[in-house]
Amino acid sequence: MKTALYENHVNLNAQIVDFAGWQMPMRYSSTIDEHHAVRNHAGMFDVSHMLTVDFDGPDSLPFLQKVLASDVGKLATEGQALYTAMLNERGGIIDDLIVYRLNETCFRIVFNAGVADTDMEWVTAWQQSTALSVSITPRRDLSIIAVQGPKAIQTVIDLLDCPQLIKTQPFTSMFHNELFIGRTGYTGEDGVEIICPDTQTPKIWSQLYDADVIPCGLGARDTLRLEAGMNLNGQDMSPDHTPYECALTWVLDLTPSRDFVGQTALEEAHRQGVATKLTGIVLQGGVMRSGYEVQSNAGLGTITSGSFSPTLGYSVALARVPRAATGECSVLIRNKQRTGKIVRPPFVRHGEKAHK
Amino acid sequence: MSETPQELRYTDTHEWARLDPDGTVCVGISDFAQDALGDVVFIELPETGTEVAAGAEVAVIESVKAASDIYSPISGEVVRVNSDLVEEPDLVNSEPYEGGWIFVVQPLNDDQMADLLTAEQYQEFCESEDHDH
Repeated sequence: MKTALYENHVNLNAQIVDFAGWQMPMRYSSTIDEHHAVRNHAGMFDVSHMLTVDFDGPDSLPFLQKVLASDVGKLATEGQALYTAMLNERGGIIDDLIVYRLNETCFRIVFNAGVADTDMEWVTAWQQSTALSVSITPRRDLSIIAVQGPKAIQTVIDLLDCPQLIKTQPFTSMFHNELFIGRTGYTGEDGVEIICPDTQTPKIWSQLYDADVIPCGLGARDTLRLEAGMNLNGQDMSPDHTPYECALTWVLDLTPSRDFVGQTALEEAHRQGVATKLTGIVLQGGVMRSGYEVQSNAGLGTITSGSFSPTLGYSVALARVPRAATGECSVLIRNKQRTGKIVRPPFVRHGEKAHK
Repeated sequence: MSETPQELRYTDTHEWARLDPDGTVCVGISDFAQDALGDVVFIELPETGTEVAAGAEVAVIESVKAASDIYSPISGEVVRVNSDLVEEPDLVNSEPYEGGWIFVVQPLNDDQMADLLTAEQYQEFCESEDHDH
């Protein structure tokens, strides 16, 4: 499958890779240069492979309270957004996602590309079994461009002529003509995600490019989110892991009356005690990768996401390790034991080292 | 289009080899290979004195994206390694045929260079690989 920006990527000489069935740009020039552009200036990403879905109807709020792990009722006013997870009945993570409140009855959610079909089947099945009055509309007519970095907001304000964006806070959103602008992202920098009709997308992309916003591929997207300590679904999270095991306890709202999908299993898991945690590791002299084995003071663990941090100049990783693991650890990198250190993510905040 | 200097010999695992006047062979990775790997961020160099066989793993190059083994094009003993790469691994990207050389082998016997690909043969090989992608 191709997004509305596929021709733009090819014309920019992107290295194209298959990602969840989509032909996506891995990098246009250098992943490290693209990474630094976002940390220091502004970069843009085509994330149109993700699926925008609208939930509308008199029961949209009770429905989302059923299928999501956070209290969506906290989105009291139009435009507010929150990050949450959708769980299976075992409390495992099907997807992590952002919910935006569009108006009194309508919410917008963006599903990850790799699980978009699974997610649609899941919410459709729950709508049928609960018989709540909510219409669920996948919006494959919409593209998403993420514009991220310290100069992102001002550039978007100037280009799209939307001065009111300056007054928005992170985790809010607004409509601007046909464009939906969420002040959200996946890089740890300030910025927006612009959800726009496919027909307008190439023009907006070109305008941003002409305004010196650097096109960034999936390679930089991964190093940026990893430095920011953000999870990637399918790597750091899975249907076999609860939010307790994915450093996402903070998204849970376990108010008994909620009765959301997975809540009972989570309460049981909490009673029994959680054996592992998702944490960070930093290491010099090698690059940690997903699947590598970690030996900690409290036993074995596994790297779930690892790469090189362009900001810090050494390798950073997320790892699932025994709950009591702390301090120095040993990571098996290509048959050699290398010494790393367990730290609490994020690794980078506002372009500076953030871990101890 | 990647550069493939005529005076060098190549392998189908994308190393280049240069026979120097002192009889040693200098080894690095090709421009085509560095471009495919992307930003190189770490290199694990061999120890000098290591005996290597042609085709054996000698070094590891880590790019942002992935780790790749570097194989020795010829049999012999590693006599020098490029320690500049410890601080500046990206020399492999910026100067693959000059400052980005990786190690030097004293060949076990002569004539091994003749077994390697010529620039022309290597270019054809890269074009066929490109078409597979």
